[in-house]
Amino acid sequence: MVTATMPATGRQKTRTRIRVLEDERWLALTLLTPTAVLLGLFIAYPFIEGVYLSLSASRVGVPGEFVGLKNFEKIWNDGIFRTAVWNTFWYTGITTVFKLFLGLWLALLLNRHFKGKAYIRAAILLPFIIPTVLSTFAWKWMFDPTFSVINWALFKLGFISARINWLGDPDLAMTSIIIVNIWRGIPFFAISLLAGLQTISPELQEAAAIDGAKPWQRFWHVTWPLLLPVTMVVVLFSVIQTFADFQLVYVMTGGGPANATHLFATYAYQIGIGTGLLSEGAAISLAMFPFLLLIVIVQLLYIRRVEVR
Amino acid sequence: MAQVVIRNLNKKFDEVHAVKDVNLNINDKEFIVFVGPSGCGKTTTLRMVAGLESITSGDILINDTVVNELPPMDRDIAMVFQNYALYPHMSVYDNMAFGLKMRKFDKAEIGKRVQEAADILDIGQLLKRKPRQLSGGQRQRVALGRAIVRHPQVFLFDEPLSNLDAKLRVQMRVELKKLHNRLGTTAIYVTHDQVEAMTLGDRVVVMKDGLVQQVGAPLELYNQPANRFVAGFIGSPAMNFAPVAMAERDGAIWLEGPEFRIKPPEPVASRLRGHAGKEVVLGIRPEDLRLANGADSADLAFEATVEVTEQLGSEILLDLKAGPGQMVAALEPTAPAKVGDRLRLAINPNRLHVFDARSEAAI
Repeated sequence: MVTATMPATGRQKTRTRIRVLEDERWLALTLLTPTAVLLGLFIAYPFIEGVYLSLSASRVGVPGEFVGLKNFEKIWNDGIFRTAVWNTFWYTGITTVFKLFLGLWLALLLNRHFKGKAYIRAAILLPFIIPTVLSTFAWKWMFDPTFSVINWALFKLGFISARINWLGDPDLAMTSIIIVNIWRGIPFFAISLLAGLQTISPELQEAAAIDGAKPWQRFWHVTWPLLLPVTMVVVLFSVIQTFADFQLVYVMTGGGPANATHLFATYAYQIGIGTGLLSEGAAISLAMFPFLLLIVIVQLLYIRRVEVR
Repeated sequence: MAQVVIRNLNKKFDEVHAVKDVNLNINDKEFIVFVGPSGCGKTTTLRMVAGLESITSGDILINDTVVNELPPMDRDIAMVFQNYALYPHMSVYDNMAFGLKMRKFDKAEIGKRVQEAADILDIGQLLKRKPRQLSGGQRQRVALGRAIVRHPQVFLFDEPLSNLDAKLRVQMRVELKKLHNRLGTTAIYVTHDQVEAMTLGDRVVVMKDGLVQQVGAPLELYNQPANRFVAGFIGSPAMNFAPVAMAERDGAIWLEGPEFRIKPPEPVASRLRGHAGKEVVLGIRPEDLRLANGADSADLAFEATVEVTEQLGSEILLDLKAGPGQMVAALEPTAPAKVGDRLRLAINPNRLHVFDARSEAAI
């Protein structure tokens, strides 16, 4: 017996330790500590550091002193920042509407029985699985002013007579980015909504059919209300991700042409890292925070209301 | 006012032939019960009548109109599902009103009908609740209410009581019967529970492997089962079966098992006469056995050993070993029987059943 050879004091210590853990308050504290440390180290600390950075005048190599809201004042008067704010809202709004509509449509199609269903469902996920940078590079080629396959196809089909400079024109560049984001985001919507659809008992559709509801009425009165909680969560995630999107714009246009396609994240990167104005960059990315917070609060409240119903 | 006619109905799912040549005339106001083990095709048949399943071949007529191609909503039927299928996001009132709203009834009429149905089913105080705030029995009532408000031609029930606990099931069974007596709507009811079938049905359709085994009034199925399957399926505890050889000696018919031989009386004997020498199966219901006394003829009695006793209060069930076979006897609860006892049992001579061993048809 191991315990028999242990010195009496050691045994007692072990016992006291165990007794301390029998108290739920101590046990809870012990179990929560690792999580709290991780969250503090990797989320709270960088966030607070970011807030401090945005309130100081740091540049690369210059520690900088506290300057209050000066950085925010500066970006408020910055025309490119204003464009980036507008772009971010436009980009998030338009893509979310399209992703929801197309994703839902796809989910409804995939929810039917057909041969090879499993393969199609897996294939649908491809845009989501491929690393964004990789797929965005492919799209960049497709939108390339000289080698664009889209231009080639449109030309061969007789729709256009001259090349379209997809990424060179400010409006077209934004549209191109929006298209790629929609393409990339649909699988997430489709698969999540499909999962939601599958929790809805087919008996309800049958009951509604017998009750005299036509297909669109069945969707509107039965499927849609029951899918709403899932839809809200999916939209919430998507909005947060899209709002803070970086990779896609960075690879496609780098914020160009002439800073016309910047989003919060890319502009913050350009100013903070590219130009080395760390504080200003921090201020730009922090400017996202109130908007995101508001979106999250509104949606969470809405989700709660829907779930309570 | 609705008759339902099913004519040569067939359903194939890929390789499975789920429903085979079903023919049935359901009269107006009749309560028909389809019963059989799972996978026998009873639910598929019901779903074809509802229009939820396509028909491979054959016809379904409601009031002399072929409805094969009609969508469910145009068949003027209402269905009660096994899992109730209440719309979870709607109140009880909205659940019941939905079918009427879809059919564009005016508000006053909807209100009137829902109230009427709620009164019949005694759920008036639940109208504002959501389905998840209801107990199983209450949900079942709401599902019934949703069917009633429509005043359909035919009610379809798909195992509506199987999710309820035993006590509630008995209670709802009685209520269903009352409801049918009151409304008089033609009803098709699917269940795997033979007690439900016997108690509810004006006529019962027994199905197995997609084939109709027998159609008849409950007592008809009990007294004159068409084959061994129906005999074993209807009645609880199930009928005892013993393979016996049939011999004709001195003009009398004998059924001989390994440890017993009985001489069936007329008219069973004359029915058997043409089948002498054939392998047959003897069927005796547990309730048709009793303890033999001295007056009983040796021709209709046999000995068996008690293996298990099950006292139910109203009767006692004895699991017996009779020769190589097992048997169950349902006796008076006071019958003196202990495990290990060797008993002499007499058979009610008028209630013998004999089946062809090969075709399983009743002789």
